Amino acid sequence: MIPAAFEYHRPSSVKDALKMLQDLPDAKLLAGGHSLLPLMKLRLANPPHLIDLGRIDALRQIRADRNILVIGAMASHWMIESSESVKRHAPLLAETAGKVGDVQVRNAGTIGGSVAHADPAADYPAALLALDAQFVAEGPNGPRVIAVDDFFTGVFSTALDAHEILTEVRLPFQDAGTGSAYLKFAHPASGFAVVGVAAALRMNGGKPARIRIGITGVGPAAYRPKAVEELLVGKPFEARTVAEAANLAADGVDVNEDLFASSEYRAHLTRVFTKRAVMLAGERGGARSE
Amino acid sequence: MRTPLKHSITVRVNGAEYRHEVEPRLLLVYYLREVLGLTGTHIGCDTTSCGACTVILNGMAVKACTVLAVQADGAEILTVEGLAKDSQLHPIQEGFWEEHGLQCGFCTPGMMLAAIQILARNPNPTDDEIRHGLDGNLCRCTGYQHIVNSVRYAARKLRETNQEAIPSAGGGR
Ligand SMILES: Cc1cc2nc3c(=O)[nH]c(=O)nc-3n(C[C@H](O)[C@H](O)[C@H](O)COP(=O)(O)OP(=O)(O)OC[C@H]3O[C@@H](n4cnc5c(N)ncnc54)[C@H](O)[C@@H]3O)c2cc1C
Ligand code: FES
Ligand code: FES
Repeated sequence: MIPAAFEYHRPSSVKDALKMLQDLPDAKLLAGGHSLLPLMKLRLANPPHLIDLGRIDALRQIRADRNILVIGAMASHWMIESSESVKRHAPLLAETAGKVGDVQVRNAGTIGGSVAHADPAADYPAALLALDAQFVAEGPNGPRVIAVDDFFTGVFSTALDAHEILTEVRLPFQDAGTGSAYLKFAHPASGFAVVGVAAALRMNGGKPARIRIGITGVGPAAYRPKAVEELLVGKPFEARTVAEAANLAADGVDVNEDLFASSEYRAHLTRVFTKRAVMLAGERGGARSE
Repeated sequence: MRTPLKHSITVRVNGAEYRHEVEPRLLLVYYLREVLGLTGTHIGCDTTSCGACTVILNGMAVKACTVLAVQADGAEILTVEGLAKDSQLHPIQEGFWEEHGLQCGFCTPGMMLAAIQILARNPNPTDDEIRHGLDGNLCRCTGYQHIVNSVRYAARKLRETNQEAIPSAGGGR
């Protein structure tokens, strides 16, 4: 399969890329190409111009800035999975990156491409919701910061404007008392998440003092099951209470349905995986398992 | 629309340098097979699923059906043709030979290149780690166990002979 013809551009700075994005009609950014090129081969996308971000080294950096972990949009899944800095300061993100696709996909695909593409079954959105991430987007009028709670707006849609470039994902450090886990029920053929649940919780005297959960694969976009979070904060951490809270994990969500999983089955998986992810995060955060 | 501009690319494939003018939409796997005539890199699914087209690009295993040739400009590439040196098989090739890691052989080039990526990162993997590392490669014949055995053979041989899993022609160290 061969994509339709297009013009190829290779800027060496974000500034140049941004200018191209404003000047070239209907141009698309190319990151790892592992969502975009398959769409172009199927002619589901036919951009007349591709702007390759692959040679902008500044976008590939992962660095710690005081107590914020800054991940360049072009950092590959493998870089994130294997980075000592990510493993130390945001272990939940490293764990999640290691569960994306396969070795070859993780070598090529990038976090920026994944979140900009916003596949409803992508893995990162769950972890980024649980970690309270922020996104930095460069546009014609300068940079702006978007909070994760406002970022994923629907099926394949985000708060990014077509003329903006996502440059960074910023994460507050997970502190030592925070336990986290990402559990995924992978589609047996595609490997994408039928259900993926990320949980991060900080224990204080046997009770979760702070908890954030992100769920992907289930609704049109990844979401936080706020009713579950609220039920768990400040309550004794026990398997029974976690299971009761997790029962609300798919409530009020327009649950996806496909050939592999009915919405009823997917909602069931959501409750089970939420319970397991929260329990595991709690154990890792130092709670005794009952 | 007018015919898009061709781009000049320079690549080193299995240690030899090539320069060509290519259309932006040319995929790396077609460049290797049809422009360079290196048909050892196979096309199975053409949809990023089967791994038959796996090559090593700057030290990283990638599926060449999902990379543009222009993206590879300036890169070091290793294909199956570059594994053996001076008629001496690479340990992964020896492993597939000794452990019966192939039947029809269609998946084999991609399997071997994915395998050396695993071994470059983890010289002594467990069977589970080998299987997990080969997630992106499908085989319709073997049932995989002999492939796992072949990778284990190569791991042992590489350790014993103190060799780099990815030979330098692939951009490995
Ligand atoms: C076989 C296979 C299995 C996969 N399995 C999984 C899986 O299990 N879980 C999962 O989460 N994903 C999976 N993926 C998707 C993979 O993670 C992709 O790499 C990722 O979704 C897209 O990243 P990319 O860098 O390849 O982006 P590209 O394909 O290059 O771009 C994707 C989109 O984002 C836009 N874009 C890219 N970068 C930016 C930027 N900096 N700013 C603004 N817009 C930008 C592009 O214009 C394009 O519209 C799989 C893919 C394949 C091929
Ligand atoms: S041909 Fe590239 S993955 Fe199948
Ligand atoms: S040996 Fe035939 S596909 Fe693997």
